[in-house]
Amino acid sequence: MKIQQISMFLENKPGRIIEPCKVLAKNNINILTLSLADTQQFGILRLIIKEWQKAKEVLEQEGFIVNVTEVVAIEVEDKPGGLTKILEAIEETGLNIEYIYAFTFRSGDKAVIVFRFDKPDLAIQTLQQKGINVLDSVQLYDKANQ
Amino acid sequence: MNFFWHDGGSKFNPVSSVDYLPSDLLETMQLHRLQTMVKRAYENVPLYRERMDKEKIKPEHIRSLNNIRLLPFTIKADLRDTYPFGLFASPMNEIVRLHASSGTTGKPIVAAYTKEDIDVWSNAVVRSLAACGVDRGDIIQNAYGYGLFTGGLGFHYGGEALGATVIPISGGNTDRQIMIMKDFNVTVISCTPSYFVHIIDRAHETSIDLKPFPLKIGVFGAEPWSEAMRQYIEREANIKAYDVYGLSEISGPGIAIECLAQQGLHIIEDHFYPEIINPKTLEPVPDGEEGELVLTTLSKKAMPMIRYRTRDITAFYPEQCSCGRTIRRMKKISRRSDDMFIIRGVNVFPSQIEAALLTIEGSSPHYQIKLTREHGLDQMEVQIEVTREMFSDRISKLEKLQKELTESIEKVINIRANVRLVEPNSIPRSEGKATRVIDLRQI
Repeated sequence: MKIQQISMFLENKPGRIIEPCKVLAKNNINILTLSLADTQQFGILRLIIKEWQKAKEVLEQEGFIVNVTEVVAIEVEDKPGGLTKILEAIEETGLNIEYIYAFTFRSGDKAVIVFRFDKPDLAIQTLQQKGINVLDSVQLYDKANQ
Repeated sequence: MNFFWHDGGSKFNPVSSVDYLPSDLLETMQLHRLQTMVKRAYENVPLYRERMDKEKIKPEHIRSLNNIRLLPFTIKADLRDTYPFGLFASPMNEIVRLHASSGTTGKPIVAAYTKEDIDVWSNAVVRSLAACGVDRGDIIQNAYGYGLFTGGLGFHYGGEALGATVIPISGGNTDRQIMIMKDFNVTVISCTPSYFVHIIDRAHETSIDLKPFPLKIGVFGAEPWSEAMRQYIEREANIKAYDVYGLSEISGPGIAIECLAQQGLHIIEDHFYPEIINPKTLEPVPDGEEGELVLTTLSKKAMPMIRYRTRDITAFYPEQCSCGRTIRRMKKISRRSDDMFIIRGVNVFPSQIEAALLTIEGSSPHYQIKLTREHGLDQMEVQIEVTREMFSDRISKLEKLQKELTESIEKVINIRANVRLVEPNSIPRSEGKATRVIDLRQI
């Protein structure tokens, strides 16, 4: 059920973010969604990519340091209170969220949000018990192509 | 000169070398050579004669090894002032080779050698290589720069004289270095420690694992490096890393070498007479106490050096080495007084920063120190490249790492540096000596 996210280290200075994007473009790799976390000195670029193994390989060839992390994609009702409902469910379980960001596409009438938990397996298990729809990678990449 | 190591083509046996002479015999040899050299220097080099005349010292006043303290010191500026040939004691028709330092400021430092000088130097390198376990049958990848720098040719001649197989690959073209290392079944590499770290990195990048390679020995020198760096190299390449010391003013690499015990460097003191002095009082320090290394060439013909102040900080080991060599040992040189910088009144050596950084798990030995001045206050920024082991997708983890690095430095030098994590490969690589400090302070 887990989705592979790749992340890389970037220095916080002009022109840095374009470099990895160029590498992906040159290799015809599409980015499904991304998030950039930054501090004054550096940033971490996180990407969800269907062909993440290939992306990792080509980026590493260009000298980037690439990490692979497992994240969870969750369907959220796209209306006021939709996210709160999910967050409340998570809060009850005592799970810790490291960070979240959204996909650019929708799953029917629902939004899809990426959650990074420190314990992804436990998170998936508990969320499913609470009836929350966790997308696996096949479903996710299907929806991305619709 | 007795080519004792060319014993009829049989294997070089380090046990038969001067390294194991009883100390009274060694001292007799040293005194004889010292007297011959001083006489020669006095008669042929105006600078030495003038200085000795001024102190009313004649060569015949040297009656014991301790009398060496009657002689004046020589410093780097003397080499620049007499540039290019002013310190030569041999006519040009006896000199077979000239080397020169890279000389970052102004004129380079010139070194000259007669045929005999080259033999003495090769002998010193033979004994050095043998001390760290190199033998006939070994294949040496000599990645020191060939050219004016003494590293390349010094190891080349020594390696051949030992009877090992030498690949004169010189520095640079790292992918080819790795290819040759693998294809030629290289067992020994000689280069600067910072260049070898670059080779390790490049292997990582191209998904090549150096650990199963036949490479087993690294002979690293020409720049100070820390014990932490040794551990890093030995772990990442699965080799034994030995420190070799040398400087072109005296001859080149092979003045001192670590043996298998890796407990200090044995000085080839039958050719290079060592003293360790307090740089302020110029008096000798007791064994075990740190001071500046002063070297006198005992055999050098073309360009004898009398009591040359190396600026390298070390100490003699008081006791004999477990390897059985009787020649004295000095502590691994981790700092040169030349490399030292002063920040907010505190003396700091780059090797201290290096050791502090490498105590943090997964950190890389690629770092650079930038010194600036803001509102009259010195600022130190330490840039360190992020490695795969250090990197995380979480900001909090990287900030924690930054904090750990800062604290580790502060613990060593008592100054809070601004630690900046930088992208891999963003610090310029050197094929020779690494540039560790960039001082941008306008004073």
